[in-house]
Amino acid sequence: MERKKITIDGNEAAAYVAFNASEVIAIYPITPSSGMGEMSDAWAAAGKKNIWGTIPSVSELQSEGGASGAVHGALQSGSLTTTFTASQGLLLMIPNMYKIAGELTSAVFHVSARSIAAQALSIFGDHSDVMATRQTGFAMLCSGAIQEVMDFAAISHKATLEARIPFLHFFDGFRSSHEVGKIEQLTQEDIKSLIDDDKVQEHRKRALSPDNPFIRGTAQNPDVYFQGRETVNRFYDACPEIVQKSMDQFAKLTGRQYNLFDYYGAEDAKHIVVMMGSGAETAEETVEYLTKQTGEKIGLVKVRLYRPFSIKHLMEAFPATTEKIAVLDRTKEPGATGEPLYLDVVSALVDNMSSDNAKFAKMPKIIGGRYGLSSKEFTPAMVKAVYDELKKDAPKNGFTVGINDDVTHTSLEFDNSFTTIGNDVFQGLFYGLGSDGTVGANKNSIKIIGEETDNYAQGYFVYDSKKSGSTTVSHLRFGEKEIKSTYLIQSSKFVGCHQFGLLETFDVLETMQEGGTFLLNSPYSKDETWNHLPKTVQESIITKKLKFYVIDGYAVGKKTGMGTRINTIMQTCFFYISNILPQDEAIEKIKGAIKKTYSVKGDEIVQKNYAAVDETIANLFEVNYPSEITSTIEKPPVVPANAPDFVKETLALMIKGKGDDVSVSQMPVDGTFPSATTQWEKRNVALEVPAWDEETCIQCGKCALVCPHAAIRIKVYGEELLASAPETFKHTEAKGKEFAGMKYTIQTAVEDCTGCGICIDVCPAKNKSEVKLKAINMVEQLPIREQERVNYDFFLNIPEFDRTKLKLNTVKGSQLLEPLFEYSGACAGCGETPYVKLVSQLFGDRTIIANATGCSSIYGGNLPTTPWAVNGDGRGPAWSNSLFEDNAEFGFGFRLSIDKHNEYAKELLVSLAGTVGEDLVDGILNADQSDEVGILEQRERIAALKDKLSGNNSADAKHLLSLADYLVKKSVWIMGGDGWAYDIGYGGLDHVIASGKNINILVMDTEVYSNTGGQMSKATPTGAVAKFAAGGKPTGKKDLSMMAMSYGNVYVAKIAMGANDVQTIRAIMEAEAYDGPSLIIAYSHCIAHGIDMSKGLQNQKAAVESGHWPLFRFNPDLLDMGKNPLKLDSKAPTISFADFAYKENRFKMLTKSHPEEAKQLLTIAQKEVTKKWAYYEQLAKLEYSENEK
Amino acid sequence: MDLTTKYMGLELKNPIVPGASPLSQTVDSVKRLEDEGASAIVLYSLFEEQLSHDQGELDHYLSFGAESFAEAVNYFPSVEEFKTGPVEYLEHIANLKKAVGIPVIGSLNGVSKGGWVEYAQNMEQAGADAIELNIYYVATNPDLSGSEVEAMYIDTIKAIKEKVKIPVAVKIGPYFTSISNMAKKMDEAGADALVLFNRFYQPDFNLDDLSVESNLMLSSNWELRLPLRWISILYGNVKANLAATSGVHNSLDVVKTVMAGADITQVASALLLEGSGKVNSLIKGVAEWMEEKEYSSISQMKGSMSQKSCSEPAAFERANYMKMLNSYKPQI
Repeated sequence: MERKKITIDGNEAAAYVAFNASEVIAIYPITPSSGMGEMSDAWAAAGKKNIWGTIPSVSELQSEGGASGAVHGALQSGSLTTTFTASQGLLLMIPNMYKIAGELTSAVFHVSARSIAAQALSIFGDHSDVMATRQTGFAMLCSGAIQEVMDFAAISHKATLEARIPFLHFFDGFRSSHEVGKIEQLTQEDIKSLIDDDKVQEHRKRALSPDNPFIRGTAQNPDVYFQGRETVNRFYDACPEIVQKSMDQFAKLTGRQYNLFDYYGAEDAKHIVVMMGSGAETAEETVEYLTKQTGEKIGLVKVRLYRPFSIKHLMEAFPATTEKIAVLDRTKEPGATGEPLYLDVVSALVDNMSSDNAKFAKMPKIIGGRYGLSSKEFTPAMVKAVYDELKKDAPKNGFTVGINDDVTHTSLEFDNSFTTIGNDVFQGLFYGLGSDGTVGANKNSIKIIGEETDNYAQGYFVYDSKKSGSTTVSHLRFGEKEIKSTYLIQSSKFVGCHQFGLLETFDVLETMQEGGTFLLNSPYSKDETWNHLPKTVQESIITKKLKFYVIDGYAVGKKTGMGTRINTIMQTCFFYISNILPQDEAIEKIKGAIKKTYSVKGDEIVQKNYAAVDETIANLFEVNYPSEITSTIEKPPVVPANAPDFVKETLALMIKGKGDDVSVSQMPVDGTFPSATTQWEKRNVALEVPAWDEETCIQCGKCALVCPHAAIRIKVYGEELLASAPETFKHTEAKGKEFAGMKYTIQTAVEDCTGCGICIDVCPAKNKSEVKLKAINMVEQLPIREQERVNYDFFLNIPEFDRTKLKLNTVKGSQLLEPLFEYSGACAGCGETPYVKLVSQLFGDRTIIANATGCSSIYGGNLPTTPWAVNGDGRGPAWSNSLFEDNAEFGFGFRLSIDKHNEYAKELLVSLAGTVGEDLVDGILNADQSDEVGILEQRERIAALKDKLSGNNSADAKHLLSLADYLVKKSVWIMGGDGWAYDIGYGGLDHVIASGKNINILVMDTEVYSNTGGQMSKATPTGAVAKFAAGGKPTGKKDLSMMAMSYGNVYVAKIAMGANDVQTIRAIMEAEAYDGPSLIIAYSHCIAHGIDMSKGLQNQKAAVESGHWPLFRFNPDLLDMGKNPLKLDSKAPTISFADFAYKENRFKMLTKSHPEEAKQLLTIAQKEVTKKWAYYEQLAKLEYSENEK
Repeated sequence: MDLTTKYMGLELKNPIVPGASPLSQTVDSVKRLEDEGASAIVLYSLFEEQLSHDQGELDHYLSFGAESFAEAVNYFPSVEEFKTGPVEYLEHIANLKKAVGIPVIGSLNGVSKGGWVEYAQNMEQAGADAIELNIYYVATNPDLSGSEVEAMYIDTIKAIKEKVKIPVAVKIGPYFTSISNMAKKMDEAGADALVLFNRFYQPDFNLDDLSVESNLMLSSNWELRLPLRWISILYGNVKANLAATSGVHNSLDVVKTVMAGADITQVASALLLEGSGKVNSLIKGVAEWMEEKEYSSISQMKGSMSQKSCSEPAAFERANYMKMLNSYKPQI
């Protein structure tokens, strides 16, 4: 049968089979598995049917724990059920996995295997998660190549029904889940023919049903539990043969024969590597190369079925000539005698060799090692290093490969210049920015070549860790042979650099082969470009004899209405000069791809892209360059010379993309990193930055308040400081009597600004002579970069204003406080970070923060550099991220600890009163720390206390000295997004606010899971489109504030900075001052809303004006005064819900995709808003005075 | 009494036709206008610019921020099909054709030649009885001459007339150096009717926030003078039918436009101000006036005071202005 050749990623390959072979799908987003759930939901919304002709039911749960519970329930009631997950999500499923397996239930979990958060979180791929489930009783089938992902998904769904054992089908996160490759697609008929309907009906028959009642899930006691546990043995014994049989049947159908353990290499190999997953593809490529080129007697055993582990089949796979074996694990089990696969192979060999029919005359030498943790590169050079190690008389056991372990010396050395790919494979590298569409263009190119030619194609995409101005590197391979290279490109024939500025940061030509082709998007003309290249780039071009082409992609973009998305333009250039296809054919195919991609969005978009293609060719030029280097332009240093050593030696390597070179000794042992490191990473991502017009400015402070990256700062200072000011440093008279005679400056950190423009939008002052100008206006960054760098340095050295003298509950006053959260990697125009920064300004010097996993933990804690900063006194926010689900409890733990420390310190203080002095003890114990003056005075007392205690060697004095700082009030903040607060962490949040403890919770509500790409949460409003709600969310937004208010003793506020900034500041201050639990829910506009991010505050305002987001404060302290604790801070709706919603494409898109549903949901949403407002209004009007009681 | 009139081949029971306005946005409101006696309906305009803006907006925001960050390679679910074309507008035409008996005239404002033709064909297919091209172009480019602008109008009309069979009216503004010449050219290009005149939204200044605002100002009665003059002048000089619009607020205004030579009179502001019942009162008023003045039919009246037919033809030309100046006596 003719099957379609398609180019898809691993997630799609797995989801395609899972969707077709399931009736119920329960999901929860987690990287890198989210795509599988998203596709399933989108397919269901589009009415696609499974192999039995019915649309699977797809449901999102509140956590992976919840998803696994729903899976268990659906299985027990007879549905063919699947789920998709990874990492922490899989760990949350473990309890149910034991149940599902214990009850011998057919099911398949598809897992894109990912690291587990240990010393740090990592979203990337390894086997840490799946290895943590190997004891649950699930069968585990591992795929390596994208084709295998689809094939093994099908084999899993088939085998589970026959074996009655649930299957965990896994493949490597990112490397397999996100790699795009060309595969043969199984047809629905294929899947149907594999799955035995009789077995499906047997599965159904085993379901709980009142028509055939029985109970399952009993409690068993010492007398029988053990025996009960042993009943399953025969099923596990039979399982390997069932899987092999399924593989054989699959081979008959498709011609692709798989085995439980597949052997590759010399028939008489002496040295064998055993491993599984995507790395085994690279190993296979290396073995093929080495056996052919050098005749090495080596081989590779690929493990397919890891559980149940079949000793018999493994032993059959080894050649009889085997002498030495290296087992590679992509996980780490600290303290164990080896990693899991190694231990399994050791025990299999021991088992076999101690039996009567031992396979070998002599027990082979066996070593184990680790590779590829968190998607660490695993290259042919590393594979060769392992084989080379086996050649040694005493090969290292417990080795690592791919890193430099200069501490415990586990690592193997490898020669990076060793490569296995010949010239028959085209390898191209493309450097771009996320915002320019480079990755999208390359995905399109792969589709064109993969689906329109006989070539195999592979694409893999590397993104940096920032959400604004992020760099992308696309790795594309094409060739007539199947591509097994599951590693980044090391030697390229083609390099496209889609951003001129990247030439300064990266050595883009490092991998370039001699005679290769270099395409550069240059803002300069064909003749001018050469002289603007850095010296090293010219050198590479000349010495490597490159063909060098330039295009001014942005000029073409501007001309053809494409704007800054130069994807189509650069893609056209690539096809035009790479000669992969004849030029005419290439252009025709690009246009075909454009039609396919964009026609869904309208013909206008298609035409615009066509025009861009035609215009591109006319503007693409080959550069004839001189044979001598002419440039004197040197690359700037990665970090400034005055950066701390750790930054210069370690973080700088990561910043310039050389993090793989960081050795073990350079890494902290426990995940502890210094604060305030973003200041050293000057990213210069903004083309335009705000410039201050001191004449027009009214000094309101709004621009600094809303700046998401703390790149606009304000200071008031004495005139005498200006004596040494740089010439271009701007200043004016400070307004307001409290600042009489002082100077005022608003300064932009132009190298840290992302150019979002939100400050311009919020600025209320207009220039009297030219009203389009405000007190802050966008100007080009490059011409003022140097000058403003000097100005900003000068500005930072101006002393901070005395915080005890500021009116902190005003915008103006609060914005003279130093931000202790700066230059994060959040999106340009982020709606969350202004709140975070405000908290850091108000309480940062005494704050400890628990941060739920999500956007805020990523922009708050993703390496290389982190934004939580330190003030001049060395104080600043102490920040940590535990998990996604436990953040409230994590912060609660902070409170318990701080309270305990404070209590014990007070006890010690009293007991040491004689030494310390009664007055000081009284002063400390009775201190009023309700304002900045009180805090300052207490700090002075603690300093005096420390003075008195120093030199005192009594145990109590030493204890008190170590705890003395806890006598100064600490502010505990628990921060996170709505996915945490409304869904996965709600149980904990509820418990913590019910505790009565003094904790402050800031929920940054974007109404969607932002960090994982916009999945629906219970905060998503009716009618909004989100992933998992492709047809618009049919139900209303959960009213978390009302739930919290029901406790009566919880301070609750709903805020939206764009609607009322003063209310925002007051609510945050009241919440912190309240001696009990506080919950602030902050409306945070988001890139996932489909809005103009420079106008996000207007969206916030509309949300409030429509009544969707009423502003209020519920302060239980008011109850004691006989007042109504609820105060509404916004007026009754003045615009309709539609007027708010249709400013945003998350709502608007439904009118284009499902117009009828959009109308209905809009009506429902308006009713909900009206009803909710009326309810709040009534509550706010209730009389609470004593008389009324 | 015979109130019937013929407009682009459509037999209408009276000359009162609600012009393009929000009143045509729902089937119910159009039905009400029909019940009140409207003889046809011109729908609100379909703006090509709006459609292409919507497409561009959707494309931009649904892909904004995509492929930038490993955890969120995009932010929206993939959607198999978006209805980004004029689907809603065309469905509205089809629904109206089922719901009302009066002719339905689609109104179109395009920006590209392709768009004009495509959407005009779409409207024809959806069942529109005629199309009114709402052409306006604010020529701000100093390098673009008046004749080039005029050529764009003519080319558009020709292109549409080549592709559709239903009649095509052209609604223009008064800002041409030679309206007569322009009318002649449009007539020759095949326009079945000329609708005089379009009212532009003129921007206003908001002095509170120093912004420029464009908002709808309803027409005033005095604005009728301009169409009255030009209909009078054009009547009999072009084959195309003539429709008056702008400033028609009472039945006497209707009478005047008919006497000037209009085949129909479009009303919009008056209906927005006073409701759909106004249609009925206009019709009644016209009938009463005709009865009182003993006119038997609209056709009898039509063009009776046009430049050709009136006793003061010079009044429509320059002399009009001079006479007015002469007649003006400063109040002391």
